[in-house]
Amino acid sequence: MSFKHKHLLSVAPLSADEIMLILETADSFKEVSGREIKKVPALRGKTVVNLFFEPSTRTRTSFELAAKRLSADVINFSPSNSSVVKGETLLDTARNIEAMQADIIVLRHPAAGAAETLARGVKSSVINAGDGWHEHPTQALLDLYTLREKKRNFNGLRVAIVGDVAHSRVARSNIHALTKVGAEVRVVGPRTMMPFGIERLGVRMYDNLDEGLRGVDVIMMLRLQLERQGRALYPTIREYSRLYGLTAERLKLAEAGALVMHPGPINRGVEIAPDVADSFSSVILDQVTNGVAVRMGILYLLSGANQ
Amino acid sequence: MTTRAANEKLIMDASEVSRALTRIAHEILERNKGTRELALVGIRTGGVHLAHRLAKRIQEIEHAKVPIGELDITLYRDDLSLRKEQPILKTTHVPFNIADLKVVLVDDVLFTGRTIRAAMDGLIDLGRPAEIQLAVLVDRGHRQLPIKATYIGKNIPTAGDEVVQVFLEEDGEEDRVVTRQGLQNS
Repeated sequence: MSFKHKHLLSVAPLSADEIMLILETADSFKEVSGREIKKVPALRGKTVVNLFFEPSTRTRTSFELAAKRLSADVINFSPSNSSVVKGETLLDTARNIEAMQADIIVLRHPAAGAAETLARGVKSSVINAGDGWHEHPTQALLDLYTLREKKRNFNGLRVAIVGDVAHSRVARSNIHALTKVGAEVRVVGPRTMMPFGIERLGVRMYDNLDEGLRGVDVIMMLRLQLERQGRALYPTIREYSRLYGLTAERLKLAEAGALVMHPGPINRGVEIAPDVADSFSSVILDQVTNGVAVRMGILYLLSGANQ
Repeated sequence: MTTRAANEKLIMDASEVSRALTRIAHEILERNKGTRELALVGIRTGGVHLAHRLAKRIQEIEHAKVPIGELDITLYRDDLSLRKEQPILKTTHVPFNIADLKVVLVDDVLFTGRTIRAAMDGLIDLGRPAEIQLAVLVDRGHRQLPIKATYIGKNIPTAGDEVVQVFLEEDGEEDRVVTRQGLQNS
């Protein structure tokens, strides 16, 4: 089994075997990240460009660290300090970056499909680090890595994804990834936050949190996107929090030993109570640690495909 | 149990492999004056099996346990940036601090020396050993780097395009070393 993709644009076209290959590759890099000298020469001489059109600390830092631990050179490029404000298009920006011999471009962009467009227009490998409401494949892969580490097996694992599923690229990538590897996925949230026809992705929908949490092994909380507050998806933050916030009381409805995940940044006291975020069930910081290993794995697998 | 291809030539059988390993175990002990500060690190995958066997023999002779590590050298290969598809990674597992230890790298076949160069780089990234020695079951020649084994099971003169293969019980095979005409060693 080898990885034949040139880009990582979404989880949807990956096979279960390819997902497992990425996770197994990440195992080796988790070991590297545990060493005193956290560096291997695998990507020596390669250039990775982080092209971020949206603010991000966690993902960008994680990619930067991943590339550096592989000995690649990293350039961070974000629109606030670039020619984009002067009216340059995405493709022109990317072609300029490519002209400086970038091997891999990591793109975060507010428009769905931006990574796909970029991949068609440049010779470099493209990694989607989040495109609009579409996908955030590396987040889903690091979530799966964390699950595999804690639960060993995906088969029949019951996972509840809670929150604004309609506007969440993390939810979409996770639904694709989890259903491919054999987990049973539920989505929980108010109807206003559920995309029409979500069941066709092979998930069950719940609009009552207590019912949705009953018997699950994993709870993935999504960030309530407070910046969308004006859109009348819910009456008030306080009401949302009361109906869909994860509390210690509600956590008891899940299976004993259930894991609590969150892609970050968390809104304490909104979608997740502070004591739950800091509890033993919470693997939120493991997700961050594993993110570096998984991204190293992806950079490694894609770095071979350029010639 | 095992099928042998027609163009295969048997170089070492099971008892020869066993005797060679026993001799190497004695040589390691002799050179290092026992097992103090000694560690074995096998190169995946054949070398790992051999490292475990050497450790077992050393324990039988000296009644002392030697720590064993497993090294995957893929990330240190010198042809990584030349390949179209990246080779599958396996995990490095060296559960002890190698600093100031006398580390014996163990591999099945010594050929170009490039694997050993990668292994030494990989090892040094884990710490600074006092010494690195090299034990191989077979030295088939054709070095492309100035590398020499400290302990050798058997020297086999080969042609460059010959394939030397080591089969081991741990992989469900009968212990043996064979040569074959044709495909290049990987």
